[in-house]
Amino acid sequence: MNYEIVCGIETHIELATKTKIFCGCTTEFGGEPNTHCCPVCTGQPGSLPILNQKVVEYAIKAGLALNCKINTKSHMDRKNYVYPDLPKAYQISQYDEPLCEKGYIELDSGKRIGITRIHIEEDAGKLIHESGLTYIDYNRSGVPLIEIVSEPDISSAEEAKEYAEKLQLIMRYIGISDCKMQEGSMRCDVNLSLRKPGDPRFGVRTEIKNINSLSFIQKAVMAEAERQADILDAGGTVVQQTMRYDEGTNSVTPMRDKENSDDYRYFPDPDILRFCVDDKKVEEIRESLPELPFDKLKRYMNVLGLSEATAKQIFRYRMVAEFFEDTLAEGASVKNTANLIVVTIFSNMDTEEEKELFAIRISAAQFAALVKLADEKKINIGVAQSTLQKMLESGKPVEEFIKPEDLVGISDEALESLCKEAIDANPEAAANVRNGKDKAINVMFGYIMKKTGGKADIRKAEVLLRKLIRQ
Amino acid sequence: MRAGIYELAIRLRNREISAVELTKAYIDAIEKLNPAINAYVYLTFDTALKAAEQADQMLKEGDAPLLCGIPMALKDNICTDGIATTCCSKILKDFKPYYDAAVWEKLKAQGAVLLGKTNMDEFAMGSTSETSCYGAPLNPRNTNYVTGGSSGGSAAAVCANLAVYSLGSDTGGSIRQPASFCGVVGLKPTYGAVSRYGLIAYGSSLDQIGPLANSVKDAAIVFDAIKGGDKRDQTSVDYDYGSSLAECLDRDIKGMRIGVAEEFFEGINTEIKSKIEKAIKLFENNGAVIENIRLPALKLALPVYYIIACAEASSNLGRYDGIRYGYRTSSYTGIEDMIVRTRSEGFGDEVKRRIMLGTYVLSSGYYDAYYKKACLIREEINREFDAVFENCDVLVAPTAPNTAFPLNHKGDSPVEMYLSDICTVPVNIAGVPAISVPCGEDSRGLPIGMQIIGRRFGEATVLQAAHFYEQSAGKVIGDYEGGAGI
Repeated sequence: MNYEIVCGIETHIELATKTKIFCGCTTEFGGEPNTHCCPVCTGQPGSLPILNQKVVEYAIKAGLALNCKINTKSHMDRKNYVYPDLPKAYQISQYDEPLCEKGYIELDSGKRIGITRIHIEEDAGKLIHESGLTYIDYNRSGVPLIEIVSEPDISSAEEAKEYAEKLQLIMRYIGISDCKMQEGSMRCDVNLSLRKPGDPRFGVRTEIKNINSLSFIQKAVMAEAERQADILDAGGTVVQQTMRYDEGTNSVTPMRDKENSDDYRYFPDPDILRFCVDDKKVEEIRESLPELPFDKLKRYMNVLGLSEATAKQIFRYRMVAEFFEDTLAEGASVKNTANLIVVTIFSNMDTEEEKELFAIRISAAQFAALVKLADEKKINIGVAQSTLQKMLESGKPVEEFIKPEDLVGISDEALESLCKEAIDANPEAAANVRNGKDKAINVMFGYIMKKTGGKADIRKAEVLLRKLIRQ
Repeated sequence: MRAGIYELAIRLRNREISAVELTKAYIDAIEKLNPAINAYVYLTFDTALKAAEQADQMLKEGDAPLLCGIPMALKDNICTDGIATTCCSKILKDFKPYYDAAVWEKLKAQGAVLLGKTNMDEFAMGSTSETSCYGAPLNPRNTNYVTGGSSGGSAAAVCANLAVYSLGSDTGGSIRQPASFCGVVGLKPTYGAVSRYGLIAYGSSLDQIGPLANSVKDAAIVFDAIKGGDKRDQTSVDYDYGSSLAECLDRDIKGMRIGVAEEFFEGINTEIKSKIEKAIKLFENNGAVIENIRLPALKLALPVYYIIACAEASSNLGRYDGIRYGYRTSSYTGIEDMIVRTRSEGFGDEVKRRIMLGTYVLSSGYYDAYYKKACLIREEINREFDAVFENCDVLVAPTAPNTAFPLNHKGDSPVEMYLSDICTVPVNIAGVPAISVPCGEDSRGLPIGMQIIGRRFGEATVLQAAHFYEQSAGKVIGDYEGGAGI
């Protein structure tokens, strides 16, 4: 039997503010356990929270980038539950007045996945289980989070992955989080149910918690949809429960349920005043946003004329896109700049992370100086590539590798006499070409390249050689 | 007549007495009397003497603040770096914070000499201080009676002259009611006037720290020293009171509009009622304009208070789980068992009762009927107070419907005990300031307190009215014999 997937995703993203949401402690990842702590983030008696305004600003950035409405009035609530990693026995979060509401992310297909809400909250500490004992590290306690809740608009595993991927990209672009799923700075919970096509009612849903990679989101949705379909096909009913995705076995299994039911007894936190975000502030933040990734992609294709494949390789890393655009601003051509980045620079970067960081040893201006030589045909693309490689390895500018005298290029007369020389030096190969063995021309190419240090225009040389051989 | 802060400050500056000598006099008195009164639960004599030496140094150098070298006490829910702060609860037994409350930071910087931490109802929940895990403090005026609560130890210490002044906290009357029972002055400032940073929370939207002292002037001096905004407490306000409030107490009350709401007098003991009426007459005879006003929502203040305070408390007290600090049960099978046992053993009955009440009113299905409704009524009460203060400068009311209870009197009937907060809780709900000043004694010789309530940040007017009454009424209660002979 066929079913329709109804899926929504809740995403927690750690904000890259310097300090925690309610105190001045650093948010830096790692550090000796319990060294990034104070009375506030460890819930000492008598301590009080102070809302970090940067957190509000970052959340508004996220809201604007996801086409949300920004609520000008908002407040913090307490979500009460007991767990050893939660030092106050309540999490300060937002319940009925989230900062942002009603946005969307557009998929490649043009389908929009609705964003229900975005709210700010604090992260909990971490339990560390070691040799039968449990330790608590509160370094993460109070690190600011936003929770982004989607509408149940996602109807396939591919869409789920695309949604998360796009979300990650947008958040990285606007610079509010590094969104590293492995390190937990982006965590996804997937809600999923099945229904018969055309049925307006929702089926019973399950929630798969804490998925930590994009491809696992796709796999988890497929696995859970199959699991639920098997249950329904056998005439059973799906049980509403919290699930865990096991990447080793590619299967979804129920988590040990916390015994308490979900009554968090939310109420407004009396320690934090209601806050207003005025329209002026929202507009300021809107203006501070960079060009968003998918706007950029469209521009690269439609305005700059890049191929879809090339444009997609460049736009998806903010640092790369910036480097690309800075190089163009120096007067380099779109095509050569793009090609040299994708072919030569990327060949030095094996992982997504390296591209994301894009730590290279030359500046956009230095890069542009090289690209322009190729643009002006003073060097051919092969020389440009090999020179760029040397520049990347040494961090030295183009002048170190290409001397002015190398740049004059080969005059047409000089090239013609070189071609003659090449034929005279390789009579056998010339004869072979004459007799139709076309590949033999490579011998003459080799001769010319060797003599010119690779600077000869090989297409021009080919025309000349063929003309001379036929004579 | 006992010397006030101002007189002591002059003697210290005239070298008639040193801060160390003054401190020693209080230490002697505490050693002699505290075993019987139980006002202090933790004594800090060593640090007090060191602080006194430093105070003498500051005094010698000149330009020392008014409170320099004056021995005082803090309620046991105000955090003191390295000094036990337990809320008189087993669950925080031996807890020593590694930070100071904002108020203590301020007083310490002024050269205040801390004698010790004072007894209180466990987590400030109670009206007699009998829920303290250290046993109740006794009313120095008659040790068969309670001190009131929850700041009972702070009131008893000032009453028995075991401290020149003390700080208490007031969530529903916890400064004013014990001040009234012990015959001292107690000021609950406007919500936000004093930083709550380092005050161990009971009902966060109601809690406020304030002074207990032997005179209105002393209370004003201490309020001057502790007030002000604090960037560590978002709910605090840096209100500009102009100059020092202690220096502008002498104001003619002619033309002052004093509101009297009959709702405050319903069910009040007749002896108390007649003393308050007498005080109102005194105001009137001196040119004040008495306005009879109505506060119809007042009758709802008590349930509103118990819903909001308990709801906040149930959340505030969730952190006492035995993991990071305080008491931890001795044997347990796992983390959940540890938390359950720790809390079952660590909290007393009244605290458990309020946690359960608060948990209940916040539960899904009951939230709208209790907590949400209470918040709506709170707004209505605020509106009524706002309206009243358009026509009145202050309100006058009893502090409590009764004088001090005999010890163990009402231990078995929580609701009856809650009723004794009826005159004080509306003030906390509205966040306005109020003072309790002694205004007479009942037939058993127990003190009666009069409450003067002002508009938000109207402490100056409240203190002026109280000071006028204190100066004009003459001797309304007997002196306490004993304590430090200073």
